[in-house]
Amino acid sequence: MTQTRLVVGPFNRVEGDLEVHLDISGGHVRSARVNAPLYRGFERMLEGRDPRDALTITPRICGICSISQSAAAARALGGAMGLAPTPQGANMAALIHAVENVSDHLTHFYLFFMPDFARPAYGARPWHDQVVARFSAMEGSGARAAVQARAKLMHILGLMAGKWPHTLAIQPGGVTRTPTAAEKQRILASLRGFRRFLETHLFGAALEDVAALRTQDALLGWTGGDAGVFARVAASEGMAQLGQGAGRYLSFGAYAQAQGHAFAPGIWDKGTRAPLALDGLVEDISHAWMLGRAAHPERGMTEPDEEMRDTAYSWCKAPRLNHAPMECGALARQVMDGHPLALDLAAQGGGVLARVGARLLEIARIQLLMETLAKAIDPKAVFMAQGDLPASAQGAGLVEAARGALGHWVRIEGGRVASYQIIAPTTWNFSPRDATGTPGPLEAALVGAPVRNDEQTPLSVQHIVRSFDPCMVCTVH
Amino acid sequence: MNLLWLQASGCGGCTMSLLCAEDPDVFDALEGAGIRVMWHPAFSVQTGADVRALLDDILAGRVALDLLCVEGAIARGPRGTGRYQMLTGTGRSMLDWALALAPLARHVLAVGSCAAFGGMTAAGGNPSDAVGLQYDGSHSGGVLAHEFRDRTGLPVINIAGCPTHPGWVLETLMLLADGQLGHDGLDGYARPRFFADHLVHHGCSRNEFYEYKASARDLSDRGCMMEHLGCIGTQAVGDCNIRPWNGAGSCTSGGYPCINCTAPEFEDPRHAFTQTPKIAGIPVGLPTDMPKAWFMALASLSKAATPDRIATNAVSDRVAVPPSLRNKRPRP
Repeated sequence: MTQTRLVVGPFNRVEGDLEVHLDISGGHVRSARVNAPLYRGFERMLEGRDPRDALTITPRICGICSISQSAAAARALGGAMGLAPTPQGANMAALIHAVENVSDHLTHFYLFFMPDFARPAYGARPWHDQVVARFSAMEGSGARAAVQARAKLMHILGLMAGKWPHTLAIQPGGVTRTPTAAEKQRILASLRGFRRFLETHLFGAALEDVAALRTQDALLGWTGGDAGVFARVAASEGMAQLGQGAGRYLSFGAYAQAQGHAFAPGIWDKGTRAPLALDGLVEDISHAWMLGRAAHPERGMTEPDEEMRDTAYSWCKAPRLNHAPMECGALARQVMDGHPLALDLAAQGGGVLARVGARLLEIARIQLLMETLAKAIDPKAVFMAQGDLPASAQGAGLVEAARGALGHWVRIEGGRVASYQIIAPTTWNFSPRDATGTPGPLEAALVGAPVRNDEQTPLSVQHIVRSFDPCMVCTVH
Repeated sequence: MNLLWLQASGCGGCTMSLLCAEDPDVFDALEGAGIRVMWHPAFSVQTGADVRALLDDILAGRVALDLLCVEGAIARGPRGTGRYQMLTGTGRSMLDWALALAPLARHVLAVGSCAAFGGMTAAGGNPSDAVGLQYDGSHSGGVLAHEFRDRTGLPVINIAGCPTHPGWVLETLMLLADGQLGHDGLDGYARPRFFADHLVHHGCSRNEFYEYKASARDLSDRGCMMEHLGCIGTQAVGDCNIRPWNGAGSCTSGGYPCINCTAPEFEDPRHAFTQTPKIAGIPVGLPTDMPKAWFMALASLSKAATPDRIATNAVSDRVAVPPSLRNKRPRP
């Protein structure tokens, strides 16, 4: 049996830099190592600064999860200040965050994931012409329509957050801008426009019908819109079997408000649900170019190994919860929220179909949520509470970015940032091996992926990698 | 023209902002200007071996490189190796690639303040020893020397901003494709003058508050943010309040201060971003081109003349007092 090694890179249509090393034999991936090859040191930049600067600096970790970073920083500082957003501030912050997350899902589906099926390698498939017409990179009619719909939806961010990315509108006490009654109507009008795009182009049906899907078979049988094209491709190419996960999911809970999260937090381990508890959270650095030792982020540090020792292979630390790697993202979030379709997708292996399908499901559900949040805007209310930063305190900000669980942990001493630690969604999903040699979720999901003899950049590997919607700039930060 | 886009040590936010372009959208705008995207890390289909082959073709001169766009700073660490960012699959650092490709390009564009000056990637002690393509902060000379010129004699064009407005990027590219951007179109930091000749202050929705120095105390207040909340829109270049962001926005209309993100070293202002530094209670930093004595005199005069409406609204989160109506008479 021939053994080959492949290095896949530059790996594009993921956010940021990624390199995947593959050991291949017998036409399958035998093992994979994932390298996050960019280190900038955001956690170190924050040390010694005014804690409020985190609201300006951390969004700039990432241009695609920028508001998620804002929201996590605001929650972490709010925790340290003992300050919660006003109810209407939390409502508007949730809406702003939801606009970013649903936009990211749309970008992923139309620009990052689907263009691979327009490749000539799939030229003989009966669905190929349809995919080429809708999803060709930069040219497909669906991709063009999605980019325009996304830009229009983001008018809500122009209005309420000043701009996207890199807003400073989300604060520990709420949001900086109070909407008028007329602006509420503009927000509702933008949302009606986005619903029209989703129902006309993406789903070819009412969003309520998408949200009511209950089984993997029903998803695979979907025929409407671009989602129907995906279902056809997924059924034809065995996307349900490809890149299956380990069945351990994590969600910090999305869109927190006083009455709770819109999508519930929690931990899922092969069919068993547990409440979110992070006492057993450790960032392992055995295979990361980092110095120090494994630690909970409240006690963690970020000291890069300038020697880049041979026994490590990534700048990414390896977060583990109760000694186990965890997968996060739309699938994990919808599983934790108990949605029947997500539960069935997870039960049937949680592969490429499940991750992309859960994202499509969530697009429909986020639109419904955004409409509820927008209708609940009360222009007469107070949108931001004020508070003071204590000289010494600590706080944690746990939110859900589009691609999964994002946490910030801040410790303030003498009125300055003494420590700031961040674990991003792709830090979980694309983590390297830990001290026991256990691979990260992507590394495990790649094992068994089929590879043809002539492939330098295996398509199956690309589908699996992109199904996670990785954000590599967040991963190491 | 052939365009190659590389994402160096940054957040990718300038690409994400570019996707917000409207009428025309980014793809229509590039196509219409005759710009062919050879490869972009977020938009193109090619991955891995295909990209390496393209890079080889460019190095060997088999493919013309007209527009080299670099987004993100260039990491020089650790210890000058550039290994804090490798261009994956190539075994070479982004530092190495930038040095190899820039001399081959007809034009070199630094997209965003990171690529231009180092930007946020160089903040807080600069852990990765990052610099801009042709600037190290405000000092000329980055990974490319002060003397570097492209094949037409231009320096690296610095489309600064964090992020860049999609219009800034597209209009710069369209001007270059049309042969209409020369030395006289660039300011002293090689930023395109079509946006850098404006100040963020121009068109700011809070201008009436500025006129009277009616100042916001908290970030949710409607007043001018210069005196207390760190706003430096009167010194920052950019047409942010002339052309909208995302259909309707700008930082100051969104309720938070301008942090001068188009300028070198904006990332380390030596005070909290949202707090104005003061000496003896007087804010440090004057509006651009304003003589200090006149500013002080006018500020104290206008403060004294502030109408109640403006004074009240400045510290309110909404319009508490509307403008009074003139000439309204009861029907006889």
